[in-house]
Amino acid sequence: MSTRRAFFTETFASLKKDPLGIMGLAIIVLILLVTIFASILSPYDPLEVDVYNRLASPTWQHWLGTDQLGRDVLSRVLYGGRVALKVSLVAISVSMALGMLLGMMAGFGPKWLDRILVVCFDTLRSFPTIMFALAIVALTGPSLNTVIAVIIITSIPVYGRIVRTQTQALRENDFILAEHALGASTARILRDHILPNIAAPLLILASMDVPAVVGMEAGLSFLGLGVSAPTPSWGSILNDGYSYLRNSPWPLIAGGMPLILVTLGFTFFGESLRDILDPKLRGKGGDS
Amino acid sequence: MTAPILNIRNLSVSYQTKRGLLRALRNINLQIQAGRIIGIVGESGCGKSTLISAIIRLLAPNARIDGGSILFKGNDLLRLDPEAMRALRGDEISMVFQDPMTSLNPVLTIGRQMTDVQHRNNHSKAEKLSRAARMLERVGIADAAEQLNRYPHHFSGGMRQRVAIAMALMTKPGLLIADEPTTALDATLEVQIINRLRQLQGDVGCAILFISHHLGVIAELCDEVVVMYAGEVVESGTTRDVFRNPDHPYTRKLLECDPARIAEATRNLPVIGGTLPDLVDLPGGCVFRPRCDRSIDICRLERPALRGGNHCAACHVAAQ
Repeated sequence: MSTRRAFFTETFASLKKDPLGIMGLAIIVLILLVTIFASILSPYDPLEVDVYNRLASPTWQHWLGTDQLGRDVLSRVLYGGRVALKVSLVAISVSMALGMLLGMMAGFGPKWLDRILVVCFDTLRSFPTIMFALAIVALTGPSLNTVIAVIIITSIPVYGRIVRTQTQALRENDFILAEHALGASTARILRDHILPNIAAPLLILASMDVPAVVGMEAGLSFLGLGVSAPTPSWGSILNDGYSYLRNSPWPLIAGGMPLILVTLGFTFFGESLRDILDPKLRGKGGDS
Repeated sequence: MTAPILNIRNLSVSYQTKRGLLRALRNINLQIQAGRIIGIVGESGCGKSTLISAIIRLLAPNARIDGGSILFKGNDLLRLDPEAMRALRGDEISMVFQDPMTSLNPVLTIGRQMTDVQHRNNHSKAEKLSRAARMLERVGIADAAEQLNRYPHHFSGGMRQRVAIAMALMTKPGLLIADEPTTALDATLEVQIINRLRQLQGDVGCAILFISHHLGVIAELCDEVVVMYAGEVVESGTTRDVFRNPDHPYTRKLLECDPARIAEATRNLPVIGGTLPDLVDLPGGCVFRPRCDRSIDICRLERPALRGGNHCAACHVAAQ
């Protein structure tokens, strides 16, 4: 039906009026394009070593200079975006799906189930993420999948709690009672009536969560818990740059810039989305 | 007389509360013939909502059915398994709620919600939409096909209540329960909705259980009226009989308090003195006795039974 398309066009029309939102969206699209086409855009192989040209400052040959092994930093940054993209895409979609499922069960199901799930959420939340990651890495060894798993496990409770609260607030609404009275099954109510009502806050949360996840991946890779050595990741670029900061600041700057851009882009976009999708804030200018 | 479509016999429901067992409904008897409109009146807290929740079996978790039966087309609803009961809801028994501002899902279009209630039919989506549009036209919404693409917040209260009525009647139920459907609307809309309901009732042929504390609406719409007080039926009969010759003192007082019936201008509207009895700790004898100005000795001792034929009342004084 045309209503879904109408929803997107309406949202986009409102977005166009918000310069920060448009800027955020532009940054996101730019990052996505650059990352997806990294293999075409990269001037060098990110793993190609050139020991005669180590820690060079930016030149026309190497726009962002080279690192301690003479690898082209720009190419490494572009390829590093792939890691960030993969981690955030997989981790956020999986943790959102699982969090939604568990949150709905907690919010709509019987009280005992709610109690059990909330205790689980709180237990998971109470682990310090880095400690938790260290423990998991000690068990399984550093890899990108470990990073993704850690992020998923620590994010599920965040989504779960939000969905649970929203579901609980919604289930008391008359239209849910009306659906019961008109014979809708629980699955039907959850799918057709609860889900569309919580989709907007979830979308906003997911958008705001991207920088956090990207930052976490970078942090774990910085600590050597993420991707293994030659693979470029923004975190490992930062780590390399940090070690050779006295020789050249460029790798550190190059590794940090995309993190800043991702954070700005998704935060602007997320806030703009929140103002548009939250009808209570609509028309109030919605500053935070 | 044919078998009634809904026959409630000796229904008792209570709520588990911290103070004890709150006996919300006690020995309710109620019959609805197919195609008739029955009104239920009574002040807040008299058990109207508990009664309809019991009929559609959506009682609060702390409610307990103490006894009785609710026969719908011969089947006892209280003994149906949950799946069978769910199959009845929205198909054979539909409901319209009090507040149209909150009874529609704010994020789904009207069309989506109206096709949603037809989920049991195997029609194509286009067919469901056109049926929805036809139903909207019947409840008096102009340009119905266009309106299907709109969201509830595009509609006014009266329009939304029409949509809710259209949704409830979509499946041509045998019984429509209307829980104060006009209370949240203003007076002119109320009349329109009432007229529309009456007309639709004639078309669809469903029985309507109409809850209201607006006596004028009941008098206008209903064939029969049931007066409830503190969880009991105190009087029932045809609307004409009950309103012209009320037997129970509560009905009489209720009618006296109806602002529409007060002839001369007054600053002080009449009230019924006293409050509802405590349903956790019920007084012996007649439940209305503490507020009744005609009580006699026996009222203190014995609970009056519902007496009389088609027009009956539960009152010792009236029985004499």
